Amino acid sequence: MSWLHRNLFSSPTNAALTIAALYLLWVVIPPFVDWALIDAHIHGTSREACAGGGACWVFIKQRLPQFIYGLYPESERGRVDLAFAILIVAAAPLFVPRFPAKRWIGAFLFLVYPVIAGFLFTGGVLGYREVPTNQWGGLMLTLIVALTGMAGSLPLGILFALGRQSELPAIRAISVAFIELMRGVPLITVLFMASVMFPLFLPEGMNFNKLLRALIGIMLFSSAYMAEVVRGGLQAIPRGQYEAAAALGLGYWRTMGLVVLPQALRIVIPGIVNSFIALFKDTTLVLIIGLFDFLGMIQAAATDPNWLGFATEGYVFAAAVYWVFCFSISRYSQTLESRT
Amino acid sequence: MSAIIEVDGVSKWYGKFQALRNVSLSVAPRERIVICGPSGSGKSTLVRCINRLEEHQQGRIVVDGIELTSDLKRIERVRAETGMVFQSFNLFPHLSVLDNLCLAPVHVKKMSRAEAEAIARRYLERVHIPEQADKFPGQLSGGQQQRVAIARALCMDPKIMLFDEPTSALDPEMIKEVLDVMVELAHEGMTMVCVTHEMEFARRVADRVVFMDAGEIVEVAPPEEFFTAPKSERTRRFLSQIL
Repeated sequence: MSWLHRNLFSSPTNAALTIAALYLLWVVIPPFVDWALIDAHIHGTSREACAGGGACWVFIKQRLPQFIYGLYPESERGRVDLAFAILIVAAAPLFVPRFPAKRWIGAFLFLVYPVIAGFLFTGGVLGYREVPTNQWGGLMLTLIVALTGMAGSLPLGILFALGRQSELPAIRAISVAFIELMRGVPLITVLFMASVMFPLFLPEGMNFNKLLRALIGIMLFSSAYMAEVVRGGLQAIPRGQYEAAAALGLGYWRTMGLVVLPQALRIVIPGIVNSFIALFKDTTLVLIIGLFDFLGMIQAAATDPNWLGFATEGYVFAAAVYWVFCFSISRYSQTLESRT
Repeated sequence: MSAIIEVDGVSKWYGKFQALRNVSLSVAPRERIVICGPSGSGKSTLVRCINRLEEHQQGRIVVDGIELTSDLKRIERVRAETGMVFQSFNLFPHLSVLDNLCLAPVHVKKMSRAEAEAIARRYLERVHIPEQADKFPGQLSGGQQQRVAIARALCMDPKIMLFDEPTSALDPEMIKEVLDVMVELAHEGMTMVCVTHEMEFARRVADRVVFMDAGEIVEVAPPEEFFTAPKSERTRRFLSQIL
């Protein structure tokens, strides 16, 4: 009782706010729970199973494989599972503090794994059927875009941040120009450039994959933001650290790699994670250039004549999945911060 | 014997402010030099020019036969032969004491980790804190941190040690433990250039005391002479203020 009094009803204004908040919750939550859980339909295989009021999760259930794999041929989906399974097994030790040989695992993930994954996804050799990228889609595509974006933008962002601090005027100018250009335009513009404008500049007959172009566009775009985040960390490192490293005979790259960056990156973990989360959600913009990511697949499914009218379920499901991913990233970063 | 450090007619400006005015000083191998002077006299700038943390604009600085120019290779060679100890320690806070000591031997001298660790432990022994090897700098007292910093510089097996006010950031009770280590180092025959206000230290170990004021070397003399019979009026005024 005293807790209630102290925290919720300590003054007339607070009491009014508390009551208003409770009323709002009362208006929103019970109907949502009714809709999403109590009156919901989950059994069955078609829209006929969804007579009556509640949410029709049958729609999600029936279309889930497409939401996950897009139009990837059903017979080949095991390859996608395998690729993500390898990723999870290989990356898991990195989340264990003080696991040995992390450096080698990191090298594997950055250098070898993309080749393996690219091979598994694309196929076309060793008896694997070729699956062109326009059949990739759903959550699989979302993860491919997000993970390559993250894996690419962090190192690139670090390079641009170092470039911006460089004493060499040409490198500094290029870095500043790149960062300010990328930060000054919306991601949609970059994606349009990558998918529509860029091919116009290429000689006739030469073309490279639309997905690849989008990946590069997103990577460059988010590396500009990453560069600014990392720069904040670099500026927090006292001059004395650079001087001590120099006095010991460490050159520029060793000073940065061994002394400055380990400290700077640790400081900006929250900023890096923030960028990663933003990037994860921005991947939905690839829909604009005709790639069907997770959200794109859901939207497409909602316009299927068999399932018209169930877009709400689709969007709620999409929101829940995006939230789970982003929240996990955020929680992990908090454990990282507290560990240091 | 030929000089190991030769500073010849060196001047340096920060913008319009002239920090060093035509400074010349030559240091013989195994010689211990103490530089003192009021703040802003250019004494820190001078030692920091010797390993090119600061760039001089006029004159010549030659360290162990290598003239300091903008050539990075030469600068790195000079730095590999000169250890430096800073007023604010500048240990690497993200590395353990042992890793602080091993970093440069492993990455600059390409020593094996085991070899570097053995050397690191030997020097920690010499600065009397072998038991702190696995702690992080933030867990140590100021005096201990400064001794780790000295050990870190020694691990590179330098021919010359530069000290830039090594005790100025320390609480009084910790000054002695650091000075003791420096005295031991001096007795072992290390070439030392030391910016410090510790006149007792100067008296005990210095071969020559250099007094600087307003960017110039005003007086250079052996300690007895310097403290008992200073020639310059400016030296006398300085000594009367600090003694």
